Amino acid sequence: MKKKKRKGILILEIIGVLLALLWLAPFYLMIVNAFKTKKGIFSDVLGFPEELTFENFKNAFIDLDFLNALFNSVLVTTISVMIIIVFSAMAAYALQRNNSKLSKTLLLVFVAAMLIPFQSVMIPLVSIFGSVDMLNRPGLIFMYLGFGCSLSIFLYHGSLSSISKSLDEAAIMDGANRLQIFWHIIFPILKPISVTVAILNLIWIWNDYLLPSLVLSGANETIPLRMFYFFGQYTKQWHLALAGLTLAIIPVIIFYFVSQKHIIKGVVEGAVK
Amino acid sequence: MRNKSVSFWLFLTPVLLSLSLVVIVPLLLGLFYSFTNWNGLTFTEFIGFQNYIQIFQDESFINALWFTTKFTIACVILLNFIGLGLALLVTRNLKTKTFLRTIFFMPNLIGGLILGFIWQFIFINVFDAVGKMAGQDWLMGWLSNETTGFWGLVIITAWQMAGYIMIIYIAYLESVPQELVEASEMDGATSFQKFRYVIFPLVRPAFTVSMFLTLSNSFKIYDQNLSLTNGGPYDSTQMLAMNIVRTAFESNQMALGEAKAVIFFIIVAAIALTQVYYNKKREVEV
Repeated sequence: MKKKKRKGILILEIIGVLLALLWLAPFYLMIVNAFKTKKGIFSDVLGFPEELTFENFKNAFIDLDFLNALFNSVLVTTISVMIIIVFSAMAAYALQRNNSKLSKTLLLVFVAAMLIPFQSVMIPLVSIFGSVDMLNRPGLIFMYLGFGCSLSIFLYHGSLSSISKSLDEAAIMDGANRLQIFWHIIFPILKPISVTVAILNLIWIWNDYLLPSLVLSGANETIPLRMFYFFGQYTKQWHLALAGLTLAIIPVIIFYFVSQKHIIKGVVEGAVK
Repeated sequence: MRNKSVSFWLFLTPVLLSLSLVVIVPLLLGLFYSFTNWNGLTFTEFIGFQNYIQIFQDESFINALWFTTKFTIACVILLNFIGLGLALLVTRNLKTKTFLRTIFFMPNLIGGLILGFIWQFIFINVFDAVGKMAGQDWLMGWLSNETTGFWGLVIITAWQMAGYIMIIYIAYLESVPQELVEASEMDGATSFQKFRYVIFPLVRPAFTVSMFLTLSNSFKIYDQNLSLTNGGPYDSTQMLAMNIVRTAFESNQMALGEAKAVIFFIIVAAIALTQVYYNKKREVEV
């Protein structure tokens, strides 16, 4: 009985590893071919390159204007995420500590807004922001606040109900105002949920293509936008395209292996609630 | 905090302002424009339901709606099947389970646009090379017709999102009390019986959650569609989101695009409200 069970586990281990290899195959194929010449890919697409050439990476790095695109992505994503965290936590705090009908209705509005798909608001959105000359980075960050705040407020609201109101009351006795209470007492306690909110927003904003493609242009382009134009330029030149794709993925993979635990926890909380 | 207090409104102003200007006003304005001949800047007259009538005579929209529906059904079935399978695998007592979870979840963090480009290479070049080597004709010419474009999109979505669905199932599977499973083993239950009568009833809520998640996520896909097939050949693999974008921003038929966006909103909202209804019903039962 025991022996049979151990054998069963071993078979499962093997199946698991085989599946993992299948899952990794696209990344393997991308990386090995990024090191080949155009001819090298044509003659053998599956194996290792006969000799390593870094030429593709050099060219892709320059043509993608990679450092600039990386800087733009980091800038837009971090500022948007910080703004979403602070303003959503503040709003959730105000709504949770106020027991009126109005605050319940407002929370419902935020929750309902989560059901609205981006494609059904994008056309008037672009027209409105275009008419006041806000199709630029600050405009984009403001839009991310609008699209990101609903889920964030919802998550914060849930956590706030477990923070006792006596904390607020004691601080009011000591003469603190609401902003001080929020910033010095409540916001630090909310740190675990802030990590979740940050990760959930970070993932979709970093990868977002459609919204920035309608808003940004030229030197402000983020990695997905640059990648789109770069790829269009190099169709049929797979050695360059794959090197560019590899570069684009590196920051995400590093981030994943550094903060994997938080990411998985955050994704579960975001999906299940 | 009282309603009338300055701080209440101060705390809410930033999000209320952005949500209104970014989501609510465009939604209402869009609904309004869909009944006019709006061109993106101005409109001259109300034309009633004319845009909506035109939509249902628009072959590209009907095709996209049908293609998206088929795609969504295939993805929901496949994703839940693979996601649950992977979750059952990595909740067993394997030495490699942490490693496996890490690998299966990884594609999720990478944007659909970039993944679509990587897979374009695989479907076109790698499939072709393997097909030639192994003498398998069906591996050649992928993405050059509707069928392979369809399955290409399904495969890439399944590969990308299965890890996400796996994570959700894991969360529920790990909350199944171990004593219950052991008790059933003592009673001599087979693996299948254990799953069917002990584990399955306890993880049923996970089905509702992941069913609706896969449903609405697959329905709204755009990036993968753009980078993998670009809607081609001849718009045969164009999905709804892409059809709306093209109508509005490439053909410049703003009012028509907006009417399509309203239909899109109604379908997505209906899916979401069904989920809310199911959750409410479940809570009552429990």
